[in-house]
Amino acid sequence: MNAPVANKLALRRSYFEASARARVAAVLDAGSFHEFLPPEASEPSPHLAVLDIPGAFDDGVIVGSATLGGRPVLVIAQEGQFMGGAVGEIHGAKIVGLLRRAVEEKPAAVIFMADSGGVRLHEANAGLIAISEIMRAVLDTRAAGVPVIALVGGSCGAFGGMGIVSRLCSAIVMSEEGRLALSGPEVIETVAGVEEFDSKDRALVWRVTGGKHRYLTGDCSELVEDDAASFRDGAIALLARWHEPAPASSTLRAEQARLTERRQRFAGLRDGLDVWGALGVAEPRQIPMMDRDSLVALKKGLPA
Amino acid sequence: MSLQHILDGLFPAGHDVSVHGQLVAGCAKTALGTVAVLGTTDAAAIGHDIALGLAGRVLDVVDQHPGQPIVFLVDTKGQALSRAEELLCLNGSLAHLARCVDLARRQGHVSLALVTGEAVSGGFLSFGLMADKTYALADTQVRVMDLKAMARVTKIPHERLQELAAASPTFAPGAENYLRMGAIEAIWDAPSAAQLEAALAGQQAAGPAVDERMARGAERGGRRLAAATAAAVVSA
Repeated sequence: MNAPVANKLALRRSYFEASARARVAAVLDAGSFHEFLPPEASEPSPHLAVLDIPGAFDDGVIVGSATLGGRPVLVIAQEGQFMGGAVGEIHGAKIVGLLRRAVEEKPAAVIFMADSGGVRLHEANAGLIAISEIMRAVLDTRAAGVPVIALVGGSCGAFGGMGIVSRLCSAIVMSEEGRLALSGPEVIETVAGVEEFDSKDRALVWRVTGGKHRYLTGDCSELVEDDAASFRDGAIALLARWHEPAPASSTLRAEQARLTERRQRFAGLRDGLDVWGALGVAEPRQIPMMDRDSLVALKKGLPA
Repeated sequence: MSLQHILDGLFPAGHDVSVHGQLVAGCAKTALGTVAVLGTTDAAAIGHDIALGLAGRVLDVVDQHPGQPIVFLVDTKGQALSRAEELLCLNGSLAHLARCVDLARRQGHVSLALVTGEAVSGGFLSFGLMADKTYALADTQVRVMDLKAMARVTKIPHERLQELAAASPTFAPGAENYLRMGAIEAIWDAPSAAQLEAALAGQQAAGPAVDERMARGAERGGRRLAAATAAAVVSA
């Protein structure tokens, strides 16, 4: 291995494997992060305590302010290693509070590092209501002219209500390793059977929910390497060209037409391979092996 | 309770509502004038087709009937569970529906959702919980998952969960729990034109809706931490 390649690999910091705090440190400008309600100023969830489950002082989410490429941002980072990043009462309220603060403060953006299976079942009602409050707060933030950029590349992906929240954001930056969907493959397998969705078939799971598939179908805006520096660069590039549109019927009409056309065009398909073929990819089986840059180039060459 | 019975109870002055599969759409007469009626029936699983069908009709109301109030009828067992639905990013279609309901609010349409049967997870999030206010008929089922399934997933004995559910509204199914937590404004004993019209008139008088569910939950004692936590982040 030659020296430059070795250096590059040594410098790479997997976003997928990193903790929320490590992501915050690596994605935002060095030393710029200031946490709101740090662990020493907060309480763990009493709803977990009553079930004899150990809590976390940050309840699995970090919120605060920082700069990104020199511009002021507010930040949310979910910790997938605690309760699967799932949303409970305190966790959800921290996110809602951060978004409401953004409406007042009008930073350049909110950076939302999603890593969550959705509602925390141990506080299911509080979690579901919190997701609904987050949904409304994301749209309020965007309506105030502040873009909300979701980063999806953590070990828990963005599932359940957090899958919906991610798609309500202005744009999504995603890695190949990231997963974005509503119901998890395990849930579908449990309810509908292994023939419907074999959750142990990791390659299939990625062909249905993974970053490359979501990128090819236009459900995420940017595809980046599984590297904190790449997420940082992707978010900076996106912000530089982003202009948050005012909520309008015309925008949603266009999205309605896109989703309806796609629904008809891909009716009955059940595997990413089939969708990629239908999109005009000559050799769909090569997609899982391609590196990020080749895939981005390939997408540019696809028929509109 | 049949859809016809519910519609007759809510709109005795007349309604023109049709059912397309499990999607409900039309309009009705009220003391406040004509209102749009949209929703689902027979515990619909929300997939792309229902989500896009509802979203398109919300946009029609916004474009063709400025300011017309919207009444959503909610009866959903949650999101459709299939690989084909997920392949085309079902969370994206549900998000799109939610954005359409949100747009209607910003364009001056008051909206009210009434849970008439079941209200579960993603299906509930995408439109019922996006309305200005959410109400429920008595004896409806509002939940993320039932206690037995929750016991399996969390590995906490069912009996223990039942015992805790008596003391806390935080996790057990039931419209009453969502009322105490602030997500459901009120529970109606039966479909009532008087209650519906009073609710819509109240919303019109109050002006553009803001999300006050945390404050309601704190007042009612069912959700004591959320409002204070969010406020602490805003002022930190």
